[in-house]
Amino acid sequence: MKIEKNKKYLLSKENISSLVQILQKQKFKTIAPVVKDETILYDEIQSIDELPIGMTDVHKAGSYSLKKRKDKALFGYNVGPQSCKKFLFPPKLTLLQTKKIDGKVTVIKSSDPVEKLALIGIKPCELSAILVQDKIFIEGDYVDSYYKQQRDNLFIVTTNCTETAYSCFCDSMKTGPEATKGFDLAVTELIDGKNHRFVIKTGSAAGVKVLSNIEGIALAPDDALALEEAKISSAKNKMGRSISTENLKELLLDNLNHPYWAEIQERCVSCGNCTMVCPTCFCSDILDETSLSGEDSKRTRLWDSCFSKDYSYIHGGVVRASIKSRYRQWLTHKFASWVDQFDTFGCVGCGRCIVWCPVGIDVTEEINAIEQDVEKMKPVEVEA
Amino acid sequence: MPLHPNAKPKLAVWKFASCDGCQLSLLDCEDDLLAITDAIQIAYFPEATRAVIKGPYEISLVEGSITTPHDAERIHKIRRVSKVLITIGACATSGGIQALKNFKDVNKFIDIVYANPQYIDSLQNSTGIADHVKVDFELRGCPINKNALVEVCNAYLNRRKPNIPTYSVCMECKRRGNICVMVRNGTTCLGPVTQAGCDAICPAYNRGCYSCFGPSEDANAKAFSIHLEETGISRENLIRLYRGFNANAEEFKNESIFYEQK
Repeated sequence: MKIEKNKKYLLSKENISSLVQILQKQKFKTIAPVVKDETILYDEIQSIDELPIGMTDVHKAGSYSLKKRKDKALFGYNVGPQSCKKFLFPPKLTLLQTKKIDGKVTVIKSSDPVEKLALIGIKPCELSAILVQDKIFIEGDYVDSYYKQQRDNLFIVTTNCTETAYSCFCDSMKTGPEATKGFDLAVTELIDGKNHRFVIKTGSAAGVKVLSNIEGIALAPDDALALEEAKISSAKNKMGRSISTENLKELLLDNLNHPYWAEIQERCVSCGNCTMVCPTCFCSDILDETSLSGEDSKRTRLWDSCFSKDYSYIHGGVVRASIKSRYRQWLTHKFASWVDQFDTFGCVGCGRCIVWCPVGIDVTEEINAIEQDVEKMKPVEVEA
Repeated sequence: MPLHPNAKPKLAVWKFASCDGCQLSLLDCEDDLLAITDAIQIAYFPEATRAVIKGPYEISLVEGSITTPHDAERIHKIRRVSKVLITIGACATSGGIQALKNFKDVNKFIDIVYANPQYIDSLQNSTGIADHVKVDFELRGCPINKNALVEVCNAYLNRRKPNIPTYSVCMECKRRGNICVMVRNGTTCLGPVTQAGCDAICPAYNRGCYSCFGPSEDANAKAFSIHLEETGISRENLIRLYRGFNANAEEFKNESIFYEQK
């Protein structure tokens, strides 16, 4: 049958397996979640047998563990410790290497090469984070060439969420549990007793082309579509965390001197983990290294964090000298000034900053606490 | 610029109370050592050679802590003959593992350990070099990272700031792709309050950080201890946690004393 864009088809587990093979035939390196290092993280797979079949991840603030599922779901996980950020915006990227040849500085290597990558089984929050980073790296006035090249060589198979974790709040951020844009293919896994099916939606011409290679597929029947809708809406109603985004920007920017920021400083260790695991944090540092002789030099881009003092060091000193000011900078950037800068929130509600904070600081609790406190302090209008 | 424009800058390596491990890092530089000796004249380095070239010295690398009245005087003499004084390692920076004695009466140790204690002349506290003389740069670690040592020498020779981070180990740990041992396994790890520089080697092998590099900038050890207490770490273990290679570093010392007195 002729595959069309923005249509939903029904796939079997074997079809998902063929999908991976087809992508590999098209010279894509197939990346998907796997069980590794006692976590579920992204790695190259050769077949769907390497997916975390029947496994899921359990979160709390500052805690992560794996658990066996009752079923054999392929995509029954939530979000792992590492986001897809590392593929498009690597933690360490060589930008340039030079050598002095006959007294002249000569470039011997420019930026690291990109690869054709197919990201399989990434969650809608993860996909949304890529769309947020697109705005930063390629949609502005200054295009990051490495990001652009890698982005142009990306194929995305997202998986809609039918379950959620303690730390999830994508519904608040409007980034999930169902992916609405930015994917080539979007899969919803449906397990109904022994009936293991997948509804797959085409989102791009590339997605249509890949799916056209699978023989014998048909449009998703109504019962599958109804089950899909029910499962996604059940996930939507089971968000572990939530915040109100209405007037959030104003709430935060109007309360920059709220005493609560000092209270957070009593708990925050300023280690920078939240920014490292955040799928949208995009700050980097440029490191120049030279050999002792001065003959060789190397320029590297490294993930940086607004939680380090050096980050805000300018002539005369550090701008954000206190932990309080650094935490406030991070949180207000994500939920307020990011909106002015990029016309979107800088948070996708994946909850990684909550799970991977070594002291378990929960960004949603902090925002809610400020909101409730401000609400309490509001003058009550009394009728005369 | 060298003291004598036509000569290579002279480097001296001095030892105080220490295990020599940091000095050995200089010898461990292997191929880089040749490049170093091309750029710098190793003028005083008893660990490597008995040949001594008289001072003054452009760069003095100081290893070890001050533990005796004699050393407390000697460090002033070294400062006087050194243009730039760089401390290397946890001992020289915060007093080292031997600073554990600071928390007890040193005379009692001397009585127990030595047959003839009258020959021992030891200070009550083991302290870092900066407690005695002005230090131009402190290179952390137990031991130091040899690449960092080359970087500091390199920066000095090229008149630039050394690329030595002061933020937490977590930054390096995440860049390296490690999975947090605290969050995943509940392993106590000092990484969040420890200065980077080791490329998060212990968490890379599933161990918690022992803080060989000492407190990071603004290390909020207080907040960290409170969290650990909440997760069930005992008072005794908290004291032990902070009493490692950098027991005498201000932030760690305050915490261990707080829990000792609690």
